[in-house]
Amino acid sequence: MDWGSILNNTLAGFLTPTTIAFALAALGLAMHFGFAGLLNFGIAGFMAIGGYGYAISVLTFGLPWWAGMLVGVLGSVVFALILGIPTLRLRGDYLAIATIAAAEIARLLFLTTAFTDVTGSADGLFGFNSRPDGSGFQNSNPIPQGTYGFGPFTYNEQTLWVLVFGLIVLTVAVWFLWALMRSPWGRVIKGIREDEEAVRSLGKNVFAYKLQALVIGGVFGALGGIIYTAAQNISPGVYVTSLTFFIWTSLLLGGAATIFGPVIGAVIFWVIQAFLSNLLPALSTSGILPVSTTQASTLRFVLVGIGLMLLVIYRPQGIFGDKRELTFVK
Amino acid sequence: MKFLLDDTRRRVLRIILVALLAVFGGLSVSAPALGDSVGEEYSATVFGNVKVDGEPIAGVRIVVDGGGYTAETVTDSDGRWSIGVPEVRNYNVTLDESTLPEGISVLEGGATQEVEFGLTDRVAKNFFIGEGERNETSIFDQIVSRFIYGINFGLMLGLAAVGVSLVFGTTGLSNFSHGEMVTFGAVAALIFGVGLQLPLFIAIPIAVALSAGLGWSLDAGLWRPLRKKGLGIVQLMIVSIGLSLTMRYVIQFVIGGATEQLPGFDSPKINLFGAVALSSTDLMSMGLSIVVIIAFAYWLLRTKTGKATRAISDNPDLAAASGIDVDKVIRIVWIMAASLAGLAGVLWAYFRPGIKWDMGTQILLLIFAAVTLGGLGTAFGALIGALIVGVLVEMSGLIIPADLKYVGALVVLIVVLLVRPQGLLGRKQRVG
Amino acid sequence: MSNNEKPQKTTDLHIGDAVPGCKKKDPMLVIDHVKKTFGGLTAVDVEHLEIPSGVITALIGPNGAGKTTLFNLLTGFDTPDTGTWSFMGTSLSGVPSFKVAQMGQVRTFQLTKALSLLTVIENMKLGAKGQSGESIFRALFPGFWKKQDADIEVKAMELLKRFKLDTKKDDFAASLSGGQRKLLEMARALMTDPTLVMLDEPMAGVNPALTQSLLDHVISLKGEGMTVLFVEHDMHMVRHIADWVVVMAEGKVVAEGPPDTVMKEQAVIDAYLGAHQETDLGEVTGRINIIKGEDK
Repeated sequence: MDWGSILNNTLAGFLTPTTIAFALAALGLAMHFGFAGLLNFGIAGFMAIGGYGYAISVLTFGLPWWAGMLVGVLGSVVFALILGIPTLRLRGDYLAIATIAAAEIARLLFLTTAFTDVTGSADGLFGFNSRPDGSGFQNSNPIPQGTYGFGPFTYNEQTLWVLVFGLIVLTVAVWFLWALMRSPWGRVIKGIREDEEAVRSLGKNVFAYKLQALVIGGVFGALGGIIYTAAQNISPGVYVTSLTFFIWTSLLLGGAATIFGPVIGAVIFWVIQAFLSNLLPALSTSGILPVSTTQASTLRFVLVGIGLMLLVIYRPQGIFGDKRELTFVK
Repeated sequence: MKFLLDDTRRRVLRIILVALLAVFGGLSVSAPALGDSVGEEYSATVFGNVKVDGEPIAGVRIVVDGGGYTAETVTDSDGRWSIGVPEVRNYNVTLDESTLPEGISVLEGGATQEVEFGLTDRVAKNFFIGEGERNETSIFDQIVSRFIYGINFGLMLGLAAVGVSLVFGTTGLSNFSHGEMVTFGAVAALIFGVGLQLPLFIAIPIAVALSAGLGWSLDAGLWRPLRKKGLGIVQLMIVSIGLSLTMRYVIQFVIGGATEQLPGFDSPKINLFGAVALSSTDLMSMGLSIVVIIAFAYWLLRTKTGKATRAISDNPDLAAASGIDVDKVIRIVWIMAASLAGLAGVLWAYFRPGIKWDMGTQILLLIFAAVTLGGLGTAFGALIGALIVGVLVEMSGLIIPADLKYVGALVVLIVVLLVRPQGLLGRKQRVG
Repeated sequence: MSNNEKPQKTTDLHIGDAVPGCKKKDPMLVIDHVKKTFGGLTAVDVEHLEIPSGVITALIGPNGAGKTTLFNLLTGFDTPDTGTWSFMGTSLSGVPSFKVAQMGQVRTFQLTKALSLLTVIENMKLGAKGQSGESIFRALFPGFWKKQDADIEVKAMELLKRFKLDTKKDDFAASLSGGQRKLLEMARALMTDPTLVMLDEPMAGVNPALTQSLLDHVISLKGEGMTVLFVEHDMHMVRHIADWVVVMAEGKVVAEGPPDTVMKEQAVIDAYLGAHQETDLGEVTGRINIIKGEDK
């Protein structure tokens, strides 16, 4: 077994476009669930709308990349409003089912062959990051061609550009959430998580606050989808409910009611994923683990499931959360 | 993407990417390697995917012609095909219907259709294919046969939905792992019916019994301890998600990513009346569902445990105070829910047809839709909800593309939550 | 009881006879034909009722009389089937609960709603009205709200001191005792500078040691010019602090008047006897032990 390569690949999981995308989406869920107490099981839908909004505007409407990304973000705002205006009055677990259904509807609409010309249906879309007319995201890459970094953190100029851009977006998002949650606005949001009737009795428009929280978290989710899409093709198969659940796992790993928890959770999730996806097949090829390589890579998702259960049962506040901060009040 | 990566880096990315594709999408692990690509020397491509109800069909002949260029190919094992073309212009794409399986044909637009390139140099062409021949079937017959398929599907959904409803009613848990309990039944039938070659009338009861055992052990090993620990319903819900992931990938670990069939899945269709044709398995499936549902109704309405179950759904504290052993009843509810889900799994395996590791997840939201429509926690409401959802899903295929037929049911789910959250049969809760 | 000093009662509030639905000289809340049914059960059916300004009014009645439901209707937490009601001359029909609160009509809940995972001081600051930092755009930049927030904190600390919670200011509300939570809820309600304070069973579940201080707080609200409407089962408290008593039974107002006279009325005795036969209203000195739970 090549421990050097396993270690190398594991460390590489620290910083990838996917890790950043997960961190952004988990940050969105932290806004929804950790702070506002909204059970959103449809974060994958927000990510899909962000990613597809970007890809479709570039390919079908010929918009420059930054305008396409803006369309993706606006798309998620509209999605949040359409979803939120009717459903935010629902009880917590009803909201969960409504959001997961809405995300599935979004995915099926991207998957159907009825709109193949625009969405590419099952095959998804490609060729939107680099455009022949120079309006693509990679066309605006200021980094000269070459190889950068060291050891496991070696990137070419294209990946590096996605990473730099992604980190900037992530930093702004973290600042945004931090600034909001220390403000009186954040106080109202946390109050709503605890007991919305009490907050209502104090003269706060609870519905408006919940809608604002849903939109902000949704935009973070869409940004996650956009960063993910900026690094590769877009395919509807990614935005299934499992993606939502993996992001929940990331969120709960780090601590739902914290600012940095979701980011750290996403990093931990992907480092563990990278480690297991290298270790388990290696164990299987070297004969230590008596299973096939395919089975070995399935095994790590079994471990995700078990990990999620153990986390929720024994450490619901997350690795970094304060025990008193989140006790799943509802 | 033409990333210039050094080897290690490329490997990592590829592993992550393939893993993402494979596991997130439940797509096959192989990259889209097209078995028989034609015209790869050209930059423009026409491509597509031949599937019936989500199952790929291999070996279908596709011809592209236009501008004096003609090329043909056949679909690979994933149902994919791709043909390179010399210029970006309109082409006629023909799907050779004689290479489709028996009874399957192009439903819309005919076997030859025109494609037009958009802004990219790739264009997808997919045909709406499915059972029945649109041109030969009258609208009335289509409606009738869809309706009957819908009832069949609805009865199957109903078996799964009453379990979700009972569990919700007695414990307050929205069980996201119910889909895997459905898959479990089908897989157990597969192992005994195909793996061990037992006759079906033995294999299916074994599968249901094993499902019951699964229900018992889940309650004894997980849910009861968690209730004792006093976990909130949101926590329990997320635990059920974790359980769902665990079970789903354990099943994939055991049976792999391919689709397997139970014996008799391709039993011939019998013409009943008009153009309505059902296979003997369809008929048996419906008969079995009805018998089981009647037995279930008797259990819920007439037996002591059934009555206790309803009492707990109504008011757990009162039920406990009046001497009902709540834990014992909940244990029975889990056993009941799991065995009905297991049976539903076997029937679902025939309806799809095929057994796949994520088959239960595919209908989980439809089950939730049925339960919500009928009224959360009311078992008979779930049955009625399931029939409505089943018929709706099948009938909507008449109007909207077949691959969007679940969308209708999901929209109904959301609308019901908004307009009548207590469902059709649920009672409005008194607030204040 | 440690405090034997009798609070100053306000009298001469009504016009004409003290009968159900009688006119008040200076009404704050006027209720007309408010009806609410749950299924077949009529929870509230009030023809006409006026709540006088500047005094303490008690709303009493047996369990299931519809007191809490009426509270919910008046504060916009529930919508009636029919009826209109107005607050200081402004109609409140169809006005959402948060707007009712913004107009100066604040309520507390029977089951205390302390925001458990917020600290005591955060609970208090949440109550303040018109905070510019509660708008999402200004929230991002502390320049907009830092000063106002500091002022709110000063005000909150004064109230906490009055309610003897100042030492707990940085504790999570979850760590307070039941009585302290009641106090916190009341103090938080006062942060909104209300005109009308509606207390739903302020004494329920409160440790007797805290009862007197809660009573004093309620009386002092009147002294500060606020109007108080409260639901209570404790007849001693009602008699002790209320200036006016409204008696409900089976959703209707069956009697109203000053506490000393109204409790002797036959309709009141009947209403209570219907619910609780062994209770002799004339002899009650402490809490009447009526089974709770139905009246949630």
